[in-house]
Amino acid sequence: MPTDRQTMIEIRGVSKFFGSFQALKDISFTVRDGEKVVIIGPSGSGKSTILRSINRLESVDSGSIIVDGMNVNDPKVDICKVREEVGMVFQSFNLFPHKTVLENLTLAQTVVRKRPLHEAREISMALLEKVGIAEKASAYPAKLSGGQQQRVAIARSLAMNPKVILFDEPTSALDPEMIGEVLDVMKTLALEGMTMVVVTHEMGFAREVADRVIFMDHGSIVEEGTPEHFFTAPTHERAKLFLSQIL
Amino acid sequence: MAQTPNTQIKIEIGEGAAIPVKSDAGLFTAWRIAFFGAILTCCYLAFVKPDPYLEIFRFVPDGILVTFKVTVGAILLASIIGLVAGLGRISGNRIINGTASLYVEVIRGIPLLVQIFYIYYALGRFVKIPDMLSAIIAMAVCYGAYLGEVFRAGIQSIPKGQMEAALSLGMTRGQALRQVILPQAFRVVLPPIGNEFIALLKDSSLVSIIAVSDLLRRGREYASETFSYFETYTVIALIYLVMTLFFSKLISLMEERLNADR
Repeated sequence: MPTDRQTMIEIRGVSKFFGSFQALKDISFTVRDGEKVVIIGPSGSGKSTILRSINRLESVDSGSIIVDGMNVNDPKVDICKVREEVGMVFQSFNLFPHKTVLENLTLAQTVVRKRPLHEAREISMALLEKVGIAEKASAYPAKLSGGQQQRVAIARSLAMNPKVILFDEPTSALDPEMIGEVLDVMKTLALEGMTMVVVTHEMGFAREVADRVIFMDHGSIVEEGTPEHFFTAPTHERAKLFLSQIL
Repeated sequence: MAQTPNTQIKIEIGEGAAIPVKSDAGLFTAWRIAFFGAILTCCYLAFVKPDPYLEIFRFVPDGILVTFKVTVGAILLASIIGLVAGLGRISGNRIINGTASLYVEVIRGIPLLVQIFYIYYALGRFVKIPDMLSAIIAMAVCYGAYLGEVFRAGIQSIPKGQMEAALSLGMTRGQALRQVILPQAFRVVLPPIGNEFIALLKDSSLVSIIAVSDLLRRGREYASETFSYFETYTVIALIYLVMTLFFSKLISLMEERLNADR
């Protein structure tokens, strides 16, 4: 685990309530530049909620989240600036269905980053090449398979040159035969040194790519450590139980 | 898949003429029979019995133009009011939301005929505006409330993930609305807006009650001079029918083009 690198995301004592239900209980962890952190846990454990609060798609009730030096929950901080640096890939892809694949990639580049269209197009085509889907540039998302759509979604978030990418169960909506192609793209990104926070049920991916695994249950972090430690010798009963059910 | 199946059953019956779609073969045929039947009937009547039918056809065209102007003017103004009202109804700001909701509730609770009288005479107390403009404003204020609800429903029908995806790319809420949500919502609202448009065309006959010489009023003028009430209203009804059917066809063609790339 690289310890000399600077902190990219710092989460301290974060709690969140949905009504009287406490979704997050005093969550703290940090993600350093270039680090790959995989968050796992049963459904309803709060893993997606904490991920979505990093770019304030969810607000939190207490605690602080600092991303690249910006306090996400400070009303004085322009949240758009934070989000420009934090890419996000969703379970349901969320491509813009009224725009072509290429337009999906160029939109935020031109509107947010203010790049000239021709430059945005060049960057986009290079990224589509990279995720292996350049021939679909002028197609509409509905014409693509789930795996292809998710690869486009990854390329779309890369087009903003984010400093970190959040993956919210990126393969959970995919047919089994398409999971591999998406994971391959994610592994390539990991090898290139992208900072990644990944919520997933893909234990093979976690084992292979993660620098650190965070196991959550009932809104708390139950266990945190290297994949070797977590998968071979988990300390907590709940982590053991979860692994025995899933592996 | 992540999308949950839509289990809510919706019955959508607009107040306008049904918009003919190719998938509904019965309706498509009915549209043809009604449209060409109405035109043929008009031709037949004018040819076989030129007095009074040809006379009537010569007398009412200015009325058609007025009806058309009122309808188009009102739909344009109503769309702007409706978009503002619709965005207001989904706004998180309490005052904006409350104002928009109040507008919708009040307007929808008052008959259009009463609104036309009210706006005509109420406006007349403060400013002197042309009768036609007053008619357009009255229709637009009324239909703005209906269209507001259509826009609200259209915007809310777009999955939440679309806004989240746009925001997560660093867009502001306004940019996300303009670039991502509204273009998609537009496709959804086009059929109901088309229905409102046709309903508005028909309701525009109400403005004949104030001093606007629309199609119906021209008919009344002719009929009261010649006492040929039956013949006149036959023609008026046929002309309204041809117009509404024509527009419903136009809207279905627009829909087809919009959906061509999907």
